[in-house]
Amino acid sequence: MYPKELKYSKDHEWIRVEGNKGVIGITHYAQHQLGDIVFVELPEVGDEFAVNDSFGVVESVKSVSDLYIPVSGVVTKINEDLIDSPELINEDPYGNGWIVEVELTDSSELDQLLDAGAYEASLD
Amino acid sequence: MKYIPHTKEDIELMLADLGMDNFEDLWKEIPEAVRFRGSLELPEPMSEYELFGHLSSMAGRNLSAASTVSFMGAGAYDHFVPSVVDHILLRGEFYTAYTPYQPEVSQGTLQVIYEYQSMITELTGMDAANASMYDGATALAEAALMAVDVTRKKKVLVAETINPRHLDVVVAYLLGRAELEIVKVPAKDGKVDISGLQELLDDDTAAVMIQQPNFFGQLEDSREIGELLKDKKALYVVSADPISLGVLEAPGNYGADIVLGEGQPMGNPLSFGGPYLGFFAVKDKYVRRMPGRVVGATKDIEGKRGFVLTLQTREQHIRREKATSNICSNQALNALAAAVYLSAMGKEGLHDAAKQSLQKAHYLYKELVAIGYEPLYTNPFFKEFVIKTKRPAKEIVKTLAKEGILAGVNLDIFNPDWDHYLMIAVTEKRSRDEMDKFVARMGDL
Amino acid sequence: MTAKKREKMIFEYSRAGRQGYSLPKLDVPEEALSSLVPEAMIRQEKANLPEVTEVDVVRHFTVLSQLNHSVDTGFYPLGSCTMKYNPKVNEDIARLAGFAGIHPYQPEETVQGALQLLYEMEQYLAAIGGMDRVTFQPAAGAHGEFTGIMLIRAYHEAKGEKRTKFIVPDSAHGTNPATAAMCGYESVEVKSDGRGGVDIEDLKRVLDEDVAGLMLTNPNTLGLFDEQIHEIAELIHGVGGLLYYDGANANAILGISRPGDMGFDVVHFNLHKTFGTPHGGGGPGSGPVGVKKELVPYLPVPLVDFDGERYFFNYNLPESIGKVHSFYGNFSVVTKAYAYIRALGAEGLRQVSELAVLNANYVMEHLKEDYDLPYDRICMHEFVLSGRRQKKENGVRTLDMAKRLLDFGIHPPTVYFPLIVEEALMIEPTETESKETLDWFISVMKQIAKEAQENPDILKEAPHNTPVRRLDEASAARQPDLRWMPMRADQVE
Ligand SMILES: Cc1ncc(COP(=O)(O)O)c(C=O)c1O
Repeated sequence: MYPKELKYSKDHEWIRVEGNKGVIGITHYAQHQLGDIVFVELPEVGDEFAVNDSFGVVESVKSVSDLYIPVSGVVTKINEDLIDSPELINEDPYGNGWIVEVELTDSSELDQLLDAGAYEASLD
Repeated sequence: MKYIPHTKEDIELMLADLGMDNFEDLWKEIPEAVRFRGSLELPEPMSEYELFGHLSSMAGRNLSAASTVSFMGAGAYDHFVPSVVDHILLRGEFYTAYTPYQPEVSQGTLQVIYEYQSMITELTGMDAANASMYDGATALAEAALMAVDVTRKKKVLVAETINPRHLDVVVAYLLGRAELEIVKVPAKDGKVDISGLQELLDDDTAAVMIQQPNFFGQLEDSREIGELLKDKKALYVVSADPISLGVLEAPGNYGADIVLGEGQPMGNPLSFGGPYLGFFAVKDKYVRRMPGRVVGATKDIEGKRGFVLTLQTREQHIRREKATSNICSNQALNALAAAVYLSAMGKEGLHDAAKQSLQKAHYLYKELVAIGYEPLYTNPFFKEFVIKTKRPAKEIVKTLAKEGILAGVNLDIFNPDWDHYLMIAVTEKRSRDEMDKFVARMGDL
Repeated sequence: MTAKKREKMIFEYSRAGRQGYSLPKLDVPEEALSSLVPEAMIRQEKANLPEVTEVDVVRHFTVLSQLNHSVDTGFYPLGSCTMKYNPKVNEDIARLAGFAGIHPYQPEETVQGALQLLYEMEQYLAAIGGMDRVTFQPAAGAHGEFTGIMLIRAYHEAKGEKRTKFIVPDSAHGTNPATAAMCGYESVEVKSDGRGGVDIEDLKRVLDEDVAGLMLTNPNTLGLFDEQIHEIAELIHGVGGLLYYDGANANAILGISRPGDMGFDVVHFNLHKTFGTPHGGGGPGSGPVGVKKELVPYLPVPLVDFDGERYFFNYNLPESIGKVHSFYGNFSVVTKAYAYIRALGAEGLRQVSELAVLNANYVMEHLKEDYDLPYDRICMHEFVLSGRRQKKENGVRTLDMAKRLLDFGIHPPTVYFPLIVEEALMIEPTETESKETLDWFISVMKQIAKEAQENPDILKEAPHNTPVRRLDEASAARQPDLRWMPMRADQVE
């Protein structure tokens, strides 16, 4: 449910870091709470965000949630498949349901994030 | 007359059930300081027979279009309404239901709205329509707010030739948003001055809003304005007379981003100004920014077609302070009237109503000009035009009202300087005979 | 419900050449269209409206109507919406030619009956609300909220004050925060306390001179009367703010308590709830706004006044916020509500509230064992149950129980609102329902609670015998299909 190689935020985002890039999505728990995801509002490539800024929105039929960025960074890629198939987030939150890739501005922020065990413990 | 079923025995039983002696026990939690101990100052109750008599006599003191020959318009029109419309409106299953929150038992209302949305998009040449706004004016105001939201720009350009009352409502809707600015686009000879518009248009413009035909009945150069806005960020907002769309080009075909208007002429009685409906249609890319309820088609678990309220995350009950609008109840029954009207009239009937309004209006215009009345403006028009009068227009209207003719709208209602302007609207209902008599009387005045 | 469970689209009946209308003939010389309208403005292709006969129209829409649940066909305890019976005579009255056929710009002397009606209705609503003047322009509750908050804004601005915040309880209806935002205010939420009222300590926390006012429903959306209303009013007034009364729940207090006496400065009434006008499948409503003296100068124009001889429109309010509606609001809805008040009188209105409250308490009393009742107090015209027990113990959600009610021909209560109650079920029987109906509803609700324990699948799969079963709302939102397009094969069945 919560892959070991990822870092997690209290707001239920995950990040997979490779070099100075990080791929970001929402956790299994978050997608389950939201239910069927029907729409994702994505940022644009080049947008810059400070840690905990809202970088987009996910919507289910009857709810709206802001997405909060777990680290500061500049958007380098967005998952355009989500535009037509937002359900990818439900089906594969850590794979095809990724949301954005960012270039980290301050990798020390990663230390503030939770590991899989701590995140899972925070859910109860 | 009361509409309560409780017998004395029921009440005693129910109170006893709650361990209460009398009604007073129900109000224990209302502090005495805010209890009302008097009797409301209201007239004595009436039986149904007395009530109908009383209200009939009140209604009798109003002069109804049904017993007059009416040339009044300025935003509310005396178009023909087929009998079938009201018969459908009187179906209790429609008018005593509420918002279709439970789609399984609201397919009637939902399918009607879906059909209504479809007809409005056909009429306007747009991609999607909502289930209705309160009226034409609030639809225009909501369009201004939507344009600001979509473009993140702050200036709303409004044609000076728009209905002044609609402009008042736009102003009121934007009063709380100090950062926004409404700028009037100047008019020349009764229609938008394109070069004036060009000068005002800048990078901070959120919307250009025009009315077609405009308040004075004149046709705007709406295609040219569309060209001008082609690669601009600003949204092109057109407020249209739905009947005119039987002969006039669909705004979607000349670049409009939002098309809205007063829907009253589509099957709704005059009713002293309401309830009417505002129709509201947009291009696809703005669907998720639209105010109001929207119905979509889908399937049930057995694969049957069905309809639901959709894209609800735009709305107040979900997005609360971030909603696209605060609207909740809308004008659903008026939208039903519009849907039945458009179904009964159909493709040819709407065209016919529009064509007849246009032809008859031009006949009357020529006859009035022939006896010496000067038109205020001389651009092409649809069904409405303004003439200058020697006597105050208000007097003419009053005088002819006594003879069963509602001569038009005296424009001093809108602007005291316009006291010698009479605005005349002609619908398909008017006959040559009625118009000839009217012209004869106008000749005497 | 009805044998025929579905209906084609009206477009699917269309055949070129069929006609469902007749118009007078064109009896003036016809001129070429191109001589009247510039070529660029002439429509090239007629709007693709259906071509059907009058019979097609009647059958189509009649069959559609039969797919609806409505007050006329069954019990409709939809909380916060006051789905009471809508008297038939009021429909006849609103359709009298002297009301339905008058143009809003007719000379005043030709509409004296209509003006008198508005004038008298203003006095009735002022009396009921404890207010000084009333405008009828708002077309619904939310529109009334917008109008009222803009009046409060104008009041502060006239004093040279730029206040920035509006307080809204966490139990509030979505229109309240949405309205505050539309009016340019930051919507500040206050918590509810253990008894379901405004938490006074939390209110004190957010109070300062930036607060323009508070929006409150009383009885609130839990159906509970906020006993601390006087203290709340004092606190708000103490920082110079004003109180707005969301009148959605006024059916509980007619002749029992007046918002004006509670300390409210502005109120709206929902004529489509409290005063028996039909809901129309979602509207039209009417949301007249009443104000205390201090706010009269800012009311939208025109007001209706009487000079001793004749009724007239008064546009002379130089400080007015302007207009919020093209004309004077939903006039014909006002005529129906006027007729309702005249039929009942003061005594009749008080009975409405007494019996609405009695009915609600009776049902609550009989259901509080079977469902959780988060606030066990005397309720007003409605009450809120929670389905959390069923969710936890039986894995059945409130939605499932609501859908099961449909199988019994009952419209479900409002669900998942207010937001502060988990798995909420908000039940408002209204005064026009008999003890027999309530007893039957109670028995159905008890049966559903039992089914939740014994046969939860029957709830999860409900409804079973409605015109359609549960619909795929997720697909509807993902790939919106918002209009009929004859070329789209997937729309044809
Ligand atoms: C508590 C409350 N406030 C406001 C509203 C909005 O009223 P309307 O739908 O008439 O705009 C409602 C409607 O359901 C309500 O229940």
